[in-house]
Amino acid sequence: MKDRISWPLGLATIAVLLFLHIPFLLILLYAFNTEEAAFTFPPPGLTTKWFAEAWRRQDLWAAISLSSRVAIIATLVAIILGTLAALALSRSKFFGRDSLSLIIILPIALPGIITGIALRSAFSLLGLKYSFWTIVLGHATFCIVLVFNNAVARLRRTSPSLIEASLDLGASSLQTFRHVVLPNLATALVTGGMLAFALSFDEVIVTTFTAGQQQTVPIWLLNQLTRPRDRPVTNVVAVFILLVTLLPILISTYLTRNLDDLSRTGK
Amino acid sequence: MTNSSVRFENVNRHFGGIKAVDKVSFDVKEAEFFTFLGPSGSGKTTCLRLIAGFEQADKGQIFISDKLVNSIPPYDRDVHTVFQDYALFPHMTVLDNVAYGLMIKKIPKPQRHKQAEQALEMVRLTGLGNRRPAQLSGGQRQRVALARALVGRPKILLLDEPLGALDLKLREQMQVELKELQTQVGITFIYVTHDQEEALSMSDRIAVFNHGKIEQLDHPRVIYEQPKTSFVAGFVGTSNLIEGQLAQKLSGQTSPFTIRPERIRLTQEIDTAPQTIKVAGTVHDIIYLGMYTRSHIQLDDGPLMTVHSQNLDSNSSSPKFHKGDRVNLSWAAEHMHHLEP
Amino acid sequence: MRSLSSFFYRYQRLSLLLLLALPLLWLGVIYLGSLSALLAQSFFSLDGFTGQVVKEFTLSTYTQLFSPANLDVIGRTVTMALVVTLASIIVAFPLAYTMARAASPALRSLLYLLVLMPLWSSYVVRVYAWKLILAKEGVLNWFLSKLHLSWLSDGLLGLPVIGGPSLSLSFIGTFLVFLYIWLPYMILPIAAGLERIPKSLLEASSDLGGKPALSFWRVTFPLVLPGIVAGSIFTFSLTLGDYIIPGVVGNSQPFIGQVVLIQQGTAGNIPLAAAFTVVPMVIMALYLSLARKLGAFEAL
Repeated sequence: MKDRISWPLGLATIAVLLFLHIPFLLILLYAFNTEEAAFTFPPPGLTTKWFAEAWRRQDLWAAISLSSRVAIIATLVAIILGTLAALALSRSKFFGRDSLSLIIILPIALPGIITGIALRSAFSLLGLKYSFWTIVLGHATFCIVLVFNNAVARLRRTSPSLIEASLDLGASSLQTFRHVVLPNLATALVTGGMLAFALSFDEVIVTTFTAGQQQTVPIWLLNQLTRPRDRPVTNVVAVFILLVTLLPILISTYLTRNLDDLSRTGK
Repeated sequence: MTNSSVRFENVNRHFGGIKAVDKVSFDVKEAEFFTFLGPSGSGKTTCLRLIAGFEQADKGQIFISDKLVNSIPPYDRDVHTVFQDYALFPHMTVLDNVAYGLMIKKIPKPQRHKQAEQALEMVRLTGLGNRRPAQLSGGQRQRVALARALVGRPKILLLDEPLGALDLKLREQMQVELKELQTQVGITFIYVTHDQEEALSMSDRIAVFNHGKIEQLDHPRVIYEQPKTSFVAGFVGTSNLIEGQLAQKLSGQTSPFTIRPERIRLTQEIDTAPQTIKVAGTVHDIIYLGMYTRSHIQLDDGPLMTVHSQNLDSNSSSPKFHKGDRVNLSWAAEHMHHLEP
Repeated sequence: MRSLSSFFYRYQRLSLLLLLALPLLWLGVIYLGSLSALLAQSFFSLDGFTGQVVKEFTLSTYTQLFSPANLDVIGRTVTMALVVTLASIIVAFPLAYTMARAASPALRSLLYLLVLMPLWSSYVVRVYAWKLILAKEGVLNWFLSKLHLSWLSDGLLGLPVIGGPSLSLSFIGTFLVFLYIWLPYMILPIAAGLERIPKSLLEASSDLGGKPALSFWRVTFPLVLPGIVAGSIFTFSLTLGDYIIPGVVGNSQPFIGQVVLIQQGTAGNIPLAAAFTVVPMVIMALYLSLARKLGAFEAL
């Protein structure tokens, strides 16, 4: 039984929801703003011309290409490493198991700046030049936990007798993995993978330290925040990033229909 | 002499400091319906898992068809299991679930689907092959699990409390069906349960487990009529245990004895028949249970006794005795069963 | 294949190790290796004349860390993290309560989605949105003037320390953005904690004559505490390390993250930057060990 919502509670709930969502609506609104130089509210007029202008920007296309390639590779690495770790940690208790889960969570539990500067100082100690791969290295590291958490949650809900039943019916460990474990994990891996993609596409703090002079989309946007030059295009890019990061959460909500897994995933 | 199907020789399995299975030995014959009966934590399920290969014995030897199997993984044992939670693969159809073992054996698709359909027919689920396990009722899932385990024609079928999740009516129906099925396919069934009625009604032989050991292994009738220990007497059916001086006074022997509640007569007058044991007491309470009445009688110098009297007289609307009445208990001497000291 | 399978079945420890090899190698070598490299750097020092890092063990960088100006930075950052954490607990509670207790399944799913969307959407874009909101000609000032409440924001901005010339150039602005960005991290674990409290427990408390306020402090709050601690791990840790928000919205007094960025970048003093990152690490290590005792990890 659930109790009814008293009106002060309902009001407070609505207020918090507005606080969380009005900024999104404003981002959307400003992308159509005719005003070029300032953030005047309400906007004096609305136009779609900035979308066309953003479309023609070569620097933006380069940034989008870099961000997408990084996100795809980082996600693939995270899916492989996260799945392996989840399989190992969910099925047995062994010495050092807790410390291992801690190491997996640490890259997102610690402030990004620590991961970032740690990687940068390691690169400089090793004499590594900044490249596509230095960005991937950082991104994959903090994306592992997203796949890991989703996979572990799924494996925990999967009855251990399913695996025993498969072994019992004559399937070897590898056959059991292919025919029983993997199909059960599939949607969890897709969910984790999409979330990893979104996080990688959007990440800016660690990337600042591992990208050198390369520009990902969020770094392009961040530069506009501190040294604004193209406000209207910036507004359009903001809407674009918003969509890229929101779509995975909407799709995975639809896929898993189980928000509890996602909410425990912590970004 | 029939051949041995499963044989344990002094098998031990410890979890940490707990002796889950403690020096257990038994020998199951081919085509036998053999039941492990006991309370939870008595080691019966661990024994089943040792046969399936999910657990490894710490000590002792396990033989399946006279072949030592201690280090053989589950997928190389000719043994299939019906799990307590059925363990149906949720991402497969019913037909694919049943055909899973055949697919692993690389039997061509048309052939394995035909065999799976036959197996579904055997458990009376014809036509449900395209459903998902989630779309089935508990009783149907249980039949799918049976079909899946039987389709590969194993030498031995292991059943881990397969009826536990079903309601009473369905359970009674399934008990009959399972027994018929076993006769039909003619393979060894090893059945784990904590339900003594289930064990008595289906089994050829029963092993009663307690604290990781087998307390008694025998035919159902012997287990019930001649329990060897007070644990067996109390766990299988209800029993009155009489020990010490009273035991000696009533039976003339020092060892404790048990007497089943339904063997005791309750009368107002003292029973004068020869060869009967007589003792007096006071009615503590009376519970009407339809088919019979359960009375608890406090003996003058002994324990609280349980007595089951059949309700033969359909006209009597009021009980024969009331709380506080003085009554006499009597039973034939042959019904007393002396326990091992 | 099959014999390989049997081999792994027999040697479960070995197959476990094989499963773990790649993740361990990646996280252990790349990540932990980098962290230890960072830690090591904090025990080096910068040669003031050449501007080169001297790779010899010294504690002089830490002496530098505890100079009054740097302690000021640390104090400011920790205070902000505390205030943001406390505020987000208060703001998170009503929504979390509605999510956990009062909603029908459909409404509950919708509310979860509405909290997850801001959590997952772009961090940079959300910070950018607040630049639009807090700008002098922006939506918040427009709204306040329509409501004739401009005196309120003027009064707040006139306060010492937290005030400033405008909302986007004051600590009030910084605080608002921090609160907005990290709030979902607090809502979710509190809601999860509240959901785990059996309704019968609250009913039992009120049956026994507990007033609602009393039931809240005696029953609800202690049981949600692990959830609150779990949420605060995020709000606290993320505020401690952030350098973008105070750079975009706020007065020019720096936070730990900004100093780290400057020291390792333009100043080239990696040892001092490393020493600075040790501060949030130590604070979080202390906090995590405390949280572990309170059982907060089950609520994550």
